[in-house]
Amino acid sequence: MIELKNISKVYELGEEEVRALDRVTLTIEDHEFVAIIGASGSGKSTMMNIIGCLDTADEGSYQIDGQEVSDLSEREQSTLRNRKIGFIFQQFNLLPKLTAYENVELPLIYQGVGAGERKKRVMEALEKVDLGHRIHHRPNQLSGGQQQRVAVARALVTRPSLILADEPTGNLDSHSTQDIMKLLKELHALGNTLVLITHDNDIAAQAPRRVRLMDGRILSDSREGGGID
Amino acid sequence: MKFTQAGKMAIAAVLSNKLRSFLTMLGIIIGVMSVTLLISLVQGATNTVTSSLDDLGGDQLVASISNTSKRLTLHEVEALEGSGGIARVSPVLNGKGTAKAAGNSTDISITGITSAYQEVQGMDLENGRYINENDVEYRLNVCIVGSGVAKDLFGNTNILNETIRIAGKDYRVIGVREEAEETMFGSANDGVFLPFTNAQRLLSSVNITTFYVSTSDTEHTQEAKDALDQMLMNKYGDEDSYTIVNMMDIMDTINSVMSTLELLLGAIAGISLLVGGIGIMNIMLVSVTERTREIGIRKAIGAQKPDIIVQFLIESVIISLMGGLIGMGISQGILTLINTLYPGYNFNISGGVAGMALAFAIMVGVVFGIYPANKAAKLKPINALRYE
Repeated sequence: MIELKNISKVYELGEEEVRALDRVTLTIEDHEFVAIIGASGSGKSTMMNIIGCLDTADEGSYQIDGQEVSDLSEREQSTLRNRKIGFIFQQFNLLPKLTAYENVELPLIYQGVGAGERKKRVMEALEKVDLGHRIHHRPNQLSGGQQQRVAVARALVTRPSLILADEPTGNLDSHSTQDIMKLLKELHALGNTLVLITHDNDIAAQAPRRVRLMDGRILSDSREGGGID
Repeated sequence: MKFTQAGKMAIAAVLSNKLRSFLTMLGIIIGVMSVTLLISLVQGATNTVTSSLDDLGGDQLVASISNTSKRLTLHEVEALEGSGGIARVSPVLNGKGTAKAAGNSTDISITGITSAYQEVQGMDLENGRYINENDVEYRLNVCIVGSGVAKDLFGNTNILNETIRIAGKDYRVIGVREEAEETMFGSANDGVFLPFTNAQRLLSSVNITTFYVSTSDTEHTQEAKDALDQMLMNKYGDEDSYTIVNMMDIMDTINSVMSTLELLLGAIAGISLLVGGIGIMNIMLVSVTERTREIGIRKAIGAQKPDIIVQFLIESVIISLMGGLIGMGISQGILTLINTLYPGYNFNISGGVAGMALAFAIMVGVVFGIYPANKAAKLKPINALRYE
């Protein structure tokens, strides 16, 4: 379970203070599929970074499964990212010099998983995203859709409880977008908590719960059947 | 397990930018090459000198007489034997000449010796016998020839009882020396040894100008030196007329000069290693900046600080270690070339020097890699991910 209470984050741009997040309170239950929608500058990326423990809030409390994140050391935050969170980025963020297989393997190496178990789980993840036949290709030998599928495999190989997808379809054509969305929905159906950050209403509409951000505040929080606000 | 993975990644990173890695390595290559080359050359030279001196005998005293106005006789020097820590006294008389036999002739160095020679200086015979007291006493026309002389004159060394002619006199060969290694003091193979008294007449020299003294054991060296000094002082009454040198002293002096030289050259060459290390640090810092995004990705998916540090550190150590190995290879290549071009020398990188150079190279990699590696590890994941 994810609980944000009165979270604020302030950036200083020269003289000016920008409140990227302004006392945001949000609770995401386990196994939920939530889309966070907002225009550029609405604070959705900041929110994603805080939820993903990549950045820390200036004010407020953020708890994952009852654990206050700001109490954790840098080391513990790394471990938490590694074990509980799977990231999917708009830019794919694969390591260009590693093959698809090695990219997916990396989080398991940092986790200290043994070689045999690693191989099994990497192949499992790559087959789940339908890339079992391209494991020795490097990112530049794969299409955008394929690269994002490698990234999805990397996110789910550690069996995280939370998958954070930041504009996962932002750099993809419509066909690949459908592929990735189908894959994400499958992951959600398997019991993963899924947080999807997007500016695209059509993508957001596929999520049963939609949180709309504007100027660092929650504008609306609607559940399935509530329609697009 | 994590370590081997980090190693693989580091090797991949080194190989992915071959030219840059090589240029970075070049500083270390040159550094290690100059260190190992210079130190090995000095060590080799020291070994050659000391082993040559050692052949002459480490516990000997050498007396040289410069005052020829008073004649020093064989009986006088031989009277020193057996007292004051002196074991044997071996006077030598050196000269040059030409030997003829069987229609051939060759230039030789002539050494007049007594029966003490093989005990004091040492001499190994291939066949025949040494010069004995009888030969000296009766000034017999006998000789021991070096293997080179034997081959020059007769084509082989099996020439006992053959006759060779030196300055119009016939000498019967009573012994042939074993072939000796060439040393930096010249070849011992072109020598002919005559009974001392015979050589005195042949070379028209009545004085004893040089004689070697062996001591009963090394502890008595100083005592022997004092006894020798007293005898010569009594004889000449002037300490400028003679010098007494202890071989051990010479070796000690040479060794200390050489080790100072070794240290000095090593230090100078060490500076180039330092420069090479700075090159590594420079390129590692560039590499950290270039790979900021990669570091961000790694941290996002759970890499800990030590994971990142180890990755970059292994990379810099690989560069310095490879540089060290290449540098040492080149250095050994040059030494082997010198050995081939100049027979008689045997320069090699000793195990100690190799170990020290490699340890130093690794140390340079660690010392100059730790700052960039730490800088990479300290990057905040969010800043690193945003980096373009």
